[in-house]
Amino acid sequence: MNVKKVTGAVSALALALGATAATADVLFWSTQAKPVEEAQAMREQVLAGAGGIDYQPNDGGPWLTRLNAELQAGSGSIGVLGALHGDFSAMDPADLVDLDGLGASASATFNNLAMLGTDSMQYIPWMQASYIMAASKEALPYLPEGADIDALTYDQLIEWAGNIKTATGEAKFGFPAGPKGLKHRFFQGYLYPSYTDGVVRTFASDSAVTAWEKMRELWAVTNPASTNFSFLQEQLLSGDAWIAFDHTSRLAGAFNERPDDFVAFPAPAGPTGRGFMPVIAGVAIPRTAPDMDAAKALVQHMLKPETQIATLRATNFFPVVDVALPGDLPPAVQAAGNAVAKMSGSADANPGLLPAGLGSLGGEFSQLYTETFERIVLGGQDIRMVLDEHKVRLQAIMNDSGAPCWAPDAASDGPCPVE
Amino acid sequence: MHSRTLPYLLILPVTVFLGVFFLYPFVLVAQQAFTTGAGFTFDNFTKVTTHWKFPTSFKNTLLLAAAVVPVQLALALLMATMVTNMKKGRDLVLYVWTIPLGISDLAAGIIWLAIFEQSGFLNSMMQGLGFIEQPTNLISYQSPMLVFVAIALAEIWRATAIMLVILVAGIGLIPKEYYEAAEVFGAGPWKRFTRITLPLLRPSLSTALVLRVILAFEVFAVVQALGGTLFPVLMGETYKYQFELLNGGAAAAIALIILVISIAATLVILRVLRVPKGASI
Amino acid sequence: MADISQSRSSGRFVYMSGVVLLCAWVLVPLYFLLINTLSSPEAVNAFPKSFIPEFDLGSLTFFANFAGMLSALKNSIFVAAITMILSIVLGAPAGYALSRFEFRGKETFRFLILLTRAFPLPLLALPLAVMFIRTGIDDTIFGLALIHTTLALPFSVLITFSLFSGIPIELEEAAWTLGCTRLTAFTKVILPLVLPGITASAIFAFVISWNEVFAAAVLTIENRTLTAFLLQNLDTSPLHLKFAGGFILVVPALVFIFAVRKYLFAMWGIANR
Repeated sequence: MNVKKVTGAVSALALALGATAATADVLFWSTQAKPVEEAQAMREQVLAGAGGIDYQPNDGGPWLTRLNAELQAGSGSIGVLGALHGDFSAMDPADLVDLDGLGASASATFNNLAMLGTDSMQYIPWMQASYIMAASKEALPYLPEGADIDALTYDQLIEWAGNIKTATGEAKFGFPAGPKGLKHRFFQGYLYPSYTDGVVRTFASDSAVTAWEKMRELWAVTNPASTNFSFLQEQLLSGDAWIAFDHTSRLAGAFNERPDDFVAFPAPAGPTGRGFMPVIAGVAIPRTAPDMDAAKALVQHMLKPETQIATLRATNFFPVVDVALPGDLPPAVQAAGNAVAKMSGSADANPGLLPAGLGSLGGEFSQLYTETFERIVLGGQDIRMVLDEHKVRLQAIMNDSGAPCWAPDAASDGPCPVE
Repeated sequence: MHSRTLPYLLILPVTVFLGVFFLYPFVLVAQQAFTTGAGFTFDNFTKVTTHWKFPTSFKNTLLLAAAVVPVQLALALLMATMVTNMKKGRDLVLYVWTIPLGISDLAAGIIWLAIFEQSGFLNSMMQGLGFIEQPTNLISYQSPMLVFVAIALAEIWRATAIMLVILVAGIGLIPKEYYEAAEVFGAGPWKRFTRITLPLLRPSLSTALVLRVILAFEVFAVVQALGGTLFPVLMGETYKYQFELLNGGAAAAIALIILVISIAATLVILRVLRVPKGASI
Repeated sequence: MADISQSRSSGRFVYMSGVVLLCAWVLVPLYFLLINTLSSPEAVNAFPKSFIPEFDLGSLTFFANFAGMLSALKNSIFVAAITMILSIVLGAPAGYALSRFEFRGKETFRFLILLTRAFPLPLLALPLAVMFIRTGIDDTIFGLALIHTTLALPFSVLITFSLFSGIPIELEEAAWTLGCTRLTAFTKVILPLVLPGITASAIFAFVISWNEVFAAAVLTIENRTLTAFLLQNLDTSPLHLKFAGGFILVVPALVFIFAVRKYLFAMWGIANR
């Protein structure tokens, strides 16, 4: 009886070991659509029609480690990569297959970014999003008098959150300052453009000092637990935050779960306009892809209008090609879509671009803004001193990478100067 | 079999195995720490140790280990003695106490955040009992002490069982006659514990401590879940360099620093709990 | 007389309440996990929290319909089983050698064992993955088990070492004089004594493998383990799924520990005779 059990176990083991199934699925190795229901929707709704796709979303760490291992080994199983612009720009373009002729987005700016400084498309823009504001309807009565929620200024936002704090005794502005929060994008794409009309050139300017002073004021009315917040939908739903700034897809859960309780609206404006920035995710093919044709077919599939709409439903990321959006989209998509449209259509819009040309220093670049925040706002250090210290590091990053300025900074010959 | 060669034969499989799956990649990674592209250098170490966050994360890591490990040791010893003296329900109680073993650090972080967050269970309980009217922020930058306590509690909850299991297995080997004899001579429970259990348990104690301390220096997931960005630890910095800043050399440098701390702590523990030669037990 | 029995019963009371308190300390956080698992999304986000689960199976049903859960579960069990076997087969002899022999290089060997745990695996994963891809054991259950064995070995070597050290050498020598060879003395006398220790190392090996995410995510693609499949995506998922997923991961490990717990005390009688 025991012998039987053992042989049974052994043969099961052998089966499992031999089961390196010879299926020729294209492995879609992605950092996007990670939450379990999004991953499920990607598999069932977006990729089901493409046949034989294995969609695997991963944390950045394993994603990068596996990819680098395959590139180093010279062979691998990843067919198509899905990631953010920043992830691709940190790679060596030689490791990515040229994708000219496989399609492009409707935006020339995005297509240009996707070349990563080369002459051909290194990735194909796949989907886009942005950062917006969201508020619980409970917060609306506290709006400052005369303030239009669709055209707020930073001062009004601070006053609004201050009103709530006075009335309820609690700071209810939620800011994604947690370990996985996207706070650096707020500084790079929202605060700096709105106060200094730049990101790099104006890093240590006098108007930057004003910007950080405002940030301190905002922080004073921000839920102090924000250093643990990375997905503001959670705090909106739990009521720990009544007003929030975050990535559209990180707010989506709140709108989809209780659509009637929340409103979405544009980011606030400062003296130099309403700064905002896009998020672009792309698809690319590593040079080690096992089945190049299948991989290219998958890339093309991702750009089809119906795939783009399915992706929008699955991930709350918007299409990058021209498509007519259907009327029955999920509440989060409608809310976010409206807010983004108002933001980009506002009279004082000051759109910024994603950092480009930084290569592998992209992480260090973002880290610098995060550390500036940590020292000035959390650590209470002198603004001028911190900016002057970090200015040197920023210039070093720009020089080492040779990255020219991007909007809203004025264009530069050679590396972007920190003024 | 010759007793000269026998020990080598016995350790050969492990050595070969670890050589291939640990030493080989370890040497490759460790090399990175000493190179930046232009030959041998200590630049990576200078870079990581002069970063303004390094002293904080270094201090935090050590403080947390210093706060957590002794409590865990005491708790594990207490639990192990309690469970061995038990007549009925020993299996069940021991099982309950070892449950946290099966819970990964990521899952433990999720559980304890649900307790300590503003709308979490602790606040719900305190409000239900009338201690507070409004849920308060327990973990925020305004109350670093509370953050520390929350992290320490979660770590104690999660990782005491590791020591408990090792100690329970070790206590099982102490002959009962020793205790019976001691009782005959009128030794009380405390005396029996300090004079018999503790000395005879030394091998297991040092194993439990060494393993626990090494793991304590690598604490990360629970800290990240509860402390957010407020409580940087060395391991978090390692991952930041490796995966966000894409600086493998700097990541390897911090990892080597953690390694050196671990070795130092191990040496101290082994020395203190050394079983004297010839005193076979 | 009455005094003694009273102090004895009050001691008994302190002892019992200690046991109950410590059980509660372990169980209450888990109970919270259970509540959140069995709650609707609204209840998970509500304040104040209910302390009685509402038995909403929505979150669990979501995972029940999740494609690939079963095969991932099977992979996890196989990896953990192989890890367990390998780490004991490789580790116990080394533990024995450490406890019974003085030999050159002993300290170095012990350090090698400890070093293995003192360096973070995520940094080692890149060279390991390159090696695996080149040798063709990439994306196999066995390959992943090899890595998990590396993580579990320090536990099995050191635990068996400390237990062998706790067994008087005289016991073994007595067996030799009674006609046992080194081998039979080992299997007949020593092995039963260290069964609790072997069980302890087996438990460690199992849970280490079960809960390991990073190597699993990097080294398996089609043969994902449950942890790699679920856990690394949980932190970005909505709260109710986060808890339900965490719960699903915890249960199998608890079943395993429950199944082997009694061996932790096995041969208790023999050890005390």
